[in-house]
Amino acid sequence: MSVDQSGFHDALLDAERPVPKGLTDGHGRPAGKRFDIYRNNVAVSLTEALELSFPCVRRLIGEENFKRVAGVFLRRHPPRTPMLMQYGADFPTFLEGFEPLSHLGYLPDVARLEQALRLSYHAADAAPADAEQLARIPPEALADTRMELAPAVRLVRSNWPVHAIWAFNMEDGPKPQPDAQDVLITRPALDPLMTVTGAGTAEFVAALINGETLGTAHQRTTGAAADFDLAPALSLLLGGSAISKIQPAGDISCNA
Amino acid sequence: MSNTLKIAALAGAVTAALAAHSTTATAAEQEKCYGVSLAGENDCKAGAGTTCAGTSTVDYQGNAWTLVEAGTCAEMELPGDRMGSLEPLDRDLPQM
Repeated sequence: MSVDQSGFHDALLDAERPVPKGLTDGHGRPAGKRFDIYRNNVAVSLTEALELSFPCVRRLIGEENFKRVAGVFLRRHPPRTPMLMQYGADFPTFLEGFEPLSHLGYLPDVARLEQALRLSYHAADAAPADAEQLARIPPEALADTRMELAPAVRLVRSNWPVHAIWAFNMEDGPKPQPDAQDVLITRPALDPLMTVTGAGTAEFVAALINGETLGTAHQRTTGAAADFDLAPALSLLLGGSAISKIQPAGDISCNA
Repeated sequence: MSNTLKIAALAGAVTAALAAHSTTATAAEQEKCYGVSLAGENDCKAGAGTTCAGTSTVDYQGNAWTLVEAGTCAEMELPGDRMGSLEPLDRDLPQM
């Protein structure tokens, strides 16, 4: 008799369950403690993966607490892909609903920021668009121009000083002030780079990510943040190699 | 805002951004340089499931890299006639 996958899987994530029947040690004897060791290793390795991936959350709640939280998380959200580097995508949302830590309202956003940094790091390379291309677009056609952003670009919008909390814990930054912070992540070279942007710039980048034209994105942003200044926002994107394609109006490929 | 004003606002911002961009474009580019880091001080912050920062075990390990200013890697001279390299090297590998 052999073990079915779901029986194996369920027992793997629940130490209270007995060793699945039919599991042997290779010599026909029951697997016994060998299975306990195996399932302990699974939990430990996933916990270590989370520790490496969310170092700031770990710092905020402490090593012991983090281990406990990771233990609950990994059993509710086992990996969905064989790539450990992607494990933990559900962690921010999980933290949001995790009652014992609900007094740390900023924690899910800190996790979101750390997850965004990972995704940015592992995102596909994209050659930045030639900035000169923008200069060649006639002024009246700019409004209908679209910009495709590089895969490594991430935007984390928060009601908390999420970057300041991160920097205070990870890089000896100053004490966080109670402001909302939006963080744009670009990857101009090999490592993700965080920039705290004004609400306007975040709104503008979000509109570009949604595929809006430059004109619509600009209009929408000035409607939401009257003091929005487009030039520094564009500079930030150009400097971060964040624009991978500039598509003037009428360029058929922009609808592809 | 009238259409003409909107066009002028967009064009002005684009011009200003491009001007700022051309002055900064040459600043601080980096490249991966192999064989130059001291043991345990190689770069790479890839997180779990990848080979990682600080995992090199010998000085100037040939397959470990550090980020350096672009254009400086191949010119780096290290003790024992070693040079930096843009490609992984066979020298100074840890003993298995």
